[in-house]
Amino acid sequence: MSDNEDDLILSDLNDDELTEQMMDDLYDGLKDEIEESVRILLERKWTPYDILTKALVSGMQIVGDDFRDGILFVPEVLRAAQAMKGGMAILKPLLVETGAPKMGKMVIGTVKGDIHDIGKNLVAMMMEGAGFEIIDLGINTEAASYIGTAEAEGADIIGMSALLTTTMPYMKTVIESLTTQGLRDKYIVLCGGAPLNEEFGRAIGADAYCDDAAIAVETAKRLIAARHNQL
Amino acid sequence: MNPVPLSDEALRDQGLDQVGTGKTLVIACGALAREVLALIAANGLDHLTLTCLPAILHNTPEKITPAVEAAILKHRGKYDHILVAYGDCGTGGQLQNLCERYGAEMISAPHCYSFFEGAEAFAAHGEVTSFYLTDFLARQFDAFVWKPLGLDRYPDLRHMYFGNYEKLVYLAQTEDADLTETARVCADRLGLTFERRFTGYGDLERFIRA
Repeated sequence: MSDNEDDLILSDLNDDELTEQMMDDLYDGLKDEIEESVRILLERKWTPYDILTKALVSGMQIVGDDFRDGILFVPEVLRAAQAMKGGMAILKPLLVETGAPKMGKMVIGTVKGDIHDIGKNLVAMMMEGAGFEIIDLGINTEAASYIGTAEAEGADIIGMSALLTTTMPYMKTVIESLTTQGLRDKYIVLCGGAPLNEEFGRAIGADAYCDDAAIAVETAKRLIAARHNQL
Repeated sequence: MNPVPLSDEALRDQGLDQVGTGKTLVIACGALAREVLALIAANGLDHLTLTCLPAILHNTPEKITPAVEAAILKHRGKYDHILVAYGDCGTGGQLQNLCERYGAEMISAPHCYSFFEGAEAFAAHGEVTSFYLTDFLARQFDAFVWKPLGLDRYPDLRHMYFGNYEKLVYLAQTEDADLTETARVCADRLGLTFERRFTGYGDLERFIRA
């Protein structure tokens, strides 16, 4: 994007220019610049929620769209995610203080036997950006941990991730365990990961398979809204 | 069968046209070309013909099943049997379904690491925090791992990719001191401890000879 970032004084930009620049900087994975821009907008009395949604989340949506369209690849998405994470680290405590809207609560983890967490971390970050409270169980997550935490925390959504063909069947174990305990209908169950597809999601009884982080956010919002509309 | 000159780069990007005149076709990943040809030569398996798909499909598993299907459709009229020398390789069972649909046999294993070591032995190790290389992948580490993950451009991403791994296990098909050293260097570059495990051809040999 910009060829002369070195010359650019972020604080000289007006709000519109700065948010535009933040989207460029996110796209280019420039964490330091994102952090600086977030601080500038806070000094200008922007609410943390507006910074999050109008600059960071909007910027990451462009990144996500270009990833889906084959314009950006995983390394660039991870760089953008690192930059967004830097901005979110500043905003997170302030979001709690200022009472930003809450969409729901999600327990998320990579399933038992699997240590791959890049996709799971991206989903967690984008869900958090969309206003969901995230309880991240990390990697190698047992059914009892998903269900016990969801119960203890009053979660709405259980999200499961797997990268390996050998570990993805464990998602079915988790869902069967929910069913056995009479808890299946209490939670929205989302699944994702490179070797999964919609057919697999249906076969294991998940509420939805999510192809990427942006779709996970859209799906979660849609299913939460549908749940709220139930009588 | 006369020795076939092979280049890793060609096996990676183009695969391999038919080698041999047998009436059973082996459709293999390019990463297995040397190994399958070695087994054919060592065991006099002249009934086999080998063709390989580009090994780089390893990095885009969603493209493997369509590529294998295209190869089956291209060749099936000319051969009595078709063997598919792939594991599941991240296709989520789609390759297995395809092979069943066309009556082709494939290796029952999640991936080549597993069938080189032997599916049972591999599973018994239960090494979820290990990253695997084979001979081919050790030789082609930059093309299959380092560059596609962007580590040549963004070395700071290493922790995001490999932070949960502990060990690089080099599953060696051949005795090759230089290649072992190459694999050791790969482990260092990823910040992982190193282990070499000689496997030979494992279940690939049983599959090819069956």
